[in-house]
Amino acid sequence: MNYEGLSAFAQTGGTVYFAAIFLVVLVYALWPRNGARFKRAAEIPMKEKEHSDDRPLA
Amino acid sequence: MAAGVSRAQGADPSTLTVGLILLVVLVFGISGAANAVDPRFGAHAWMLTIAAFAWLAGLLIWHEESEPGQRFDKTYYEEGVVKAGVIATTLWGIAGFLVGLIIALQLTFPNLFYFPDWGWTNFGRMRPLHTSAVIFAFGGNALIATSFYVVQRTCRTRLAGGMWPWFVFWGYQLFIVLAGTGYLMGISQSKEYAEPEWYADLWLTIVWVAYLAVFVATLLRRKEKHIYVANWFYLAFIVTIAMLHIVNNISLPASVFGAKSYSLFSGVQSALIQWWYGHNAVGFFLTAGFLAIMYYFIPKRVERPVWSYRLSIVHFWSLIFIYIWAGPHHLHYTALPQWAQTLGMTFSIMLWMPSWGGMINGLMTLSGAWDKLRTDPVVRMLVVSVAFYGMATFEGPAMSIREVNALSHYTDWGIGHVHSGALGWVGFVTFGALYCLTQWVWKRQKLYSNALVEWHFWIATLGIVLYITSMWVSGIMEGLMWRAYNEFGFLSYSFIETVSAKHISYIIRALGGGLYLIGALIMAYNLFRTARGDVPAEDRKNVPAAPANLQPAE
Repeated sequence: MNYEGLSAFAQTGGTVYFAAIFLVVLVYALWPRNGARFKRAAEIPMKEKEHSDDRPLA
Repeated sequence: MAAGVSRAQGADPSTLTVGLILLVVLVFGISGAANAVDPRFGAHAWMLTIAAFAWLAGLLIWHEESEPGQRFDKTYYEEGVVKAGVIATTLWGIAGFLVGLIIALQLTFPNLFYFPDWGWTNFGRMRPLHTSAVIFAFGGNALIATSFYVVQRTCRTRLAGGMWPWFVFWGYQLFIVLAGTGYLMGISQSKEYAEPEWYADLWLTIVWVAYLAVFVATLLRRKEKHIYVANWFYLAFIVTIAMLHIVNNISLPASVFGAKSYSLFSGVQSALIQWWYGHNAVGFFLTAGFLAIMYYFIPKRVERPVWSYRLSIVHFWSLIFIYIWAGPHHLHYTALPQWAQTLGMTFSIMLWMPSWGGMINGLMTLSGAWDKLRTDPVVRMLVVSVAFYGMATFEGPAMSIREVNALSHYTDWGIGHVHSGALGWVGFVTFGALYCLTQWVWKRQKLYSNALVEWHFWIATLGIVLYITSMWVSGIMEGLMWRAYNEFGFLSYSFIETVSAKHISYIIRALGGGLYLIGALIMAYNLFRTARGDVPAEDRKNVPAAPANLQPAE
């Protein structure tokens, strides 16, 4: 493969690759059914109310 | 047999392995000291010998004094290493800011601060000392300490690895000391932000792999199903820094017992790899790692979950996929092919979106609790850091555009830009995290003094404003002076004229840096009093006076 061919493949392929990854991430992040899971995840730091506690919650 | 005996006495495998690594370092240090081909390497070999010896002795004493059952008790969090990290971050921060002030004064008053007889005080040696001290010593310790804290709390499990977290902590300090003393002696491989020579690089690689292993093993041991977003950012930071560090530092030592090594890369390839490394040190060390701090400490301090967890996922994946391509914007108008320069520039502009997505997520976490900006100076520090993050990540893409870069590159505008990011974003978010952590790991209800946090906040903010505005003025001025032509097509200014025109800006910059240092000293005092358990001044007044009929002790 010559330089022009390689660069055309890299440019087009790169655009498709990045757009595809971005779409997958968007779909995963915005998928309605994931909402509840993300809500629980966002609450993780809030679970330990007391920083005076130095043992993991059971 | 020997291992069996020690295990019977309660030594665990992690401590034994760390001891074994230290024995290897000790042997290397002694043979290096005996066979050094240059005296500076000899000095470092002695340093390694003493460090490994003292560390081994410390391990043995600890092993003798501690109860076997109490070591690495899984029902408790590992908070000792976080405490050590808070102390190290504070002390290295002050050292780094102080060296920064000294070199700012050297540039401002070269007649007063130039000592030809003491080579180690030269600007060329002090400057990497400053950059490494603030980025790697101050910033790196902040990242290690906060990541060790956050991963435990969000996975609800003790740090994995027994002795390994302590190996990471002390190993990292040893790397910093090797790097810093090396610069002062004149040891450098002349790659910006990657100056340490091959043996220090190898040591950091061992430490970093241990860091990754501790972090991943803790994640695997988690009692929480979901991995919280802050841990994703920490993981991206640790993995990417490992990759960048190893690739950019591939080199062949001229001697096993000498400091000098030769890089595998040369010419434009070397430049490209250096700035792939250099810009991602910004992207993954100074951004991804500190965004992890933002995603834990802001929600925790304002006691509300992050504004949009969905946005944090989009933020994470788009940021890490785009950042890695931005490096070539450091090489506009060089031998690097123009398409590669354009690629770096395009990705830098695209970065604006994930950066501001993250900024919005951090700021909006306060929605419904904006009053905390007024009542809690620690929250204000964290929030202002995010605002500076937004400012620096808007300025950066603008400066990456080739035509803007033609004016800004090599000028003080670049210095102003990195300091709005470093002082405003990295510094303030770290100060906020240090105030929180000191309270949390030393189990104090309150900070010793909120008023001192207010003083710190306002003095440091004033310092940043003086710093960045003076550097914008001097940067744009010198950029315009360099490209000014007269009617005959000659340059209008000699170089020295552009230097002397900057004198007043340099005075203001040094003043700003001095204020920032004063702020950090106030913080250190406040943290020390908080850790010691001193009661806040306003609370002391409320303590009821002792009953009058009590007799003084005799």
